[in-house]
Amino acid sequence: MTEGNPEGVSTSAGEAGQKLETRRTDVSLLVVLSGRWCLDQALPSREHVERELSAVVRRLTFDAAALGAWDSGLLTFLAGVLKACAVRGIEVDQGGLPEGIRHLLAMAFAVPEQKVAGRGSRNGNLLVRVGTAAMEFFRGAPAMLRFLGEITLSFLRLFTGRARFRASDMWIEIEQVGPRALPIVSVISFLVGLILAYLGADQLRLVGAQIFIADLVAIGMVREVGALMTGIIIAGRTGAAFAAQLGTMQVNEEIDAFKTLGISPVDFLVLPRMLALMLMVPLLTLYAGFVGMLAGLLVSTLIFDISFFEYYNETLRALELKHFWVGLSKGTVYGAMVAFAGCLRGMQCGRSAEAVGEAATSAVVTAILLITIAASVMTIVYYQLEI
Amino acid sequence: MTNIPDIEVRDLSMAYGDFVVQRDLNFTVGKGDIFVIMGGNGCGKTTLMRALTGLQQPASGAVFYGGEDFWNVAPEDQTRLKRRLGIMFQGGALWSSLTLAENVALPLAEYAELSPARIAEIVSFKLALVGLAGFEDFYPSELSGGMKKRASLARAMALDPEILIIDEPSSGLDPLTARRLDDLILELRDSLGATIVVISHDLASILAIGSDSIYLDADTHTMIPTGNPRQALASGDPKVRHFLTRGTA
Repeated sequence: MTEGNPEGVSTSAGEAGQKLETRRTDVSLLVVLSGRWCLDQALPSREHVERELSAVVRRLTFDAAALGAWDSGLLTFLAGVLKACAVRGIEVDQGGLPEGIRHLLAMAFAVPEQKVAGRGSRNGNLLVRVGTAAMEFFRGAPAMLRFLGEITLSFLRLFTGRARFRASDMWIEIEQVGPRALPIVSVISFLVGLILAYLGADQLRLVGAQIFIADLVAIGMVREVGALMTGIIIAGRTGAAFAAQLGTMQVNEEIDAFKTLGISPVDFLVLPRMLALMLMVPLLTLYAGFVGMLAGLLVSTLIFDISFFEYYNETLRALELKHFWVGLSKGTVYGAMVAFAGCLRGMQCGRSAEAVGEAATSAVVTAILLITIAASVMTIVYYQLEI
Repeated sequence: MTNIPDIEVRDLSMAYGDFVVQRDLNFTVGKGDIFVIMGGNGCGKTTLMRALTGLQQPASGAVFYGGEDFWNVAPEDQTRLKRRLGIMFQGGALWSSLTLAENVALPLAEYAELSPARIAEIVSFKLALVGLAGFEDFYPSELSGGMKKRASLARAMALDPEILIIDEPSSGLDPLTARRLDDLILELRDSLGATIVVISHDLASILAIGSDSIYLDADTHTMIPTGNPRQALASGDPKVRHFLTRGTA
């Protein structure tokens, strides 16, 4: 809706009566604003004025006598025009604008734009980003080792009776990790037991040895899957909670308050959580193993026509005590990994609400990574040792 | 011992990586002083507090408490020196999982060989001192901002410290509550004879309680010794007067 004519007058109108008109006389350009200029309607484009700012224009003036209501829509339009004039070295006379607009524009241009160093450098090419991530990982490694050392020292103090923490804290964590995790552990280990039974049934049918479902489910659940599933459930449920708890304490300077009193926050906060998980995760692992076997039993008797006693006897024959020890040892290690990851990320937390969220996320990721690495290492070691 | 100042800071510099927050700080705090560390946002007040309390190792220089070099003594000696400090953090930093009584009792149980009954007595007394008698079984989340600060002060005083370090006592408080906290600090100084270091940017509070002060300049990254804040307001360094008059002088 732009029309130019030979006298140098051109207009551009929006849908709701707002109008932009430019009139050129010699070296000066008059911008006439009229009607309502608000963000809730389509506004004339600034390019219309910029087109008129040809080389001969040395001076810009405004006429806003017929201007109605206005808001940031007009202000951003004018700010753009002023910038365009500044670039071209055109003198601007704001005398024709309402006083309120002149003030706001003056405020907006009072402090020159800052070139703040160190921002916007986050997006590099893929190689830069991979390199940065790798360097950050290796920078994080000493902190992880230091924390591991602090926990070790804390355990030494515990064994020599010099560590100080409130036993009630440990019992609260034990309740949180143990009884309250039972429902979710039950559901997941039942379903995993069921999946194992079906998986076994399908393969073992080929060799006519479906009775060995019992061996597969019993050894699988007790040795590996019970501990792994429990570890991952606890990582999501408790590891994240630990990181959020300690992270919030970091934000509130509660951890600093411990340090300034000479009380070790590791003794007071990390040790009870570590002990609670190292105690409860193996017990949950044991429980998960039994629930999984129960699921295997139900599937075998109800679907695959194996009698209860056959399945029962086969399970007893397959299960040796060493399988329980393997499962328990894995549960203990995974519990320690989850507590370590949760407390580490919590203690490393920054001082904002956002940082607490990041700490919780990072705790779960770290815990699952550590569990998986530990699971692989232990499986290989136990195989080599023929346990 | 009488001639040794309670706190002496010598050529102290603090930095985050390559960024120097404050350098070449030199000041002493005498017994019974209320020493105000003032300055605008981001000038390094809290960083200095962290260097004074053992939370952040300074880049160089030394902090002496009663003549002992705080950052260069054996760890057990540093812990002993820390026991002489009572610290009130900006947000109170009360342990959120413990009741007020347990918050105040924890330092006592940690260091003093006291029976539980004796500890409970001391805790009640300290809470009464800050006007919180009867709030023993409240959790920090159940208190208002002003009450949290007072409770935090009670915890800072649990071990009868010789030096109280108070970070931003009036931040987040309305003027009247802030004033009452100032009065409380003055009373504690007068009755306990403690040396008090206050970190603040609250003008009313600085002028009301300060007996000696320094100004941390965010532009030059070093301090300006300012003496008594009221005199600094009347005839001090122009930069400090600019700060103390909210930019009108």
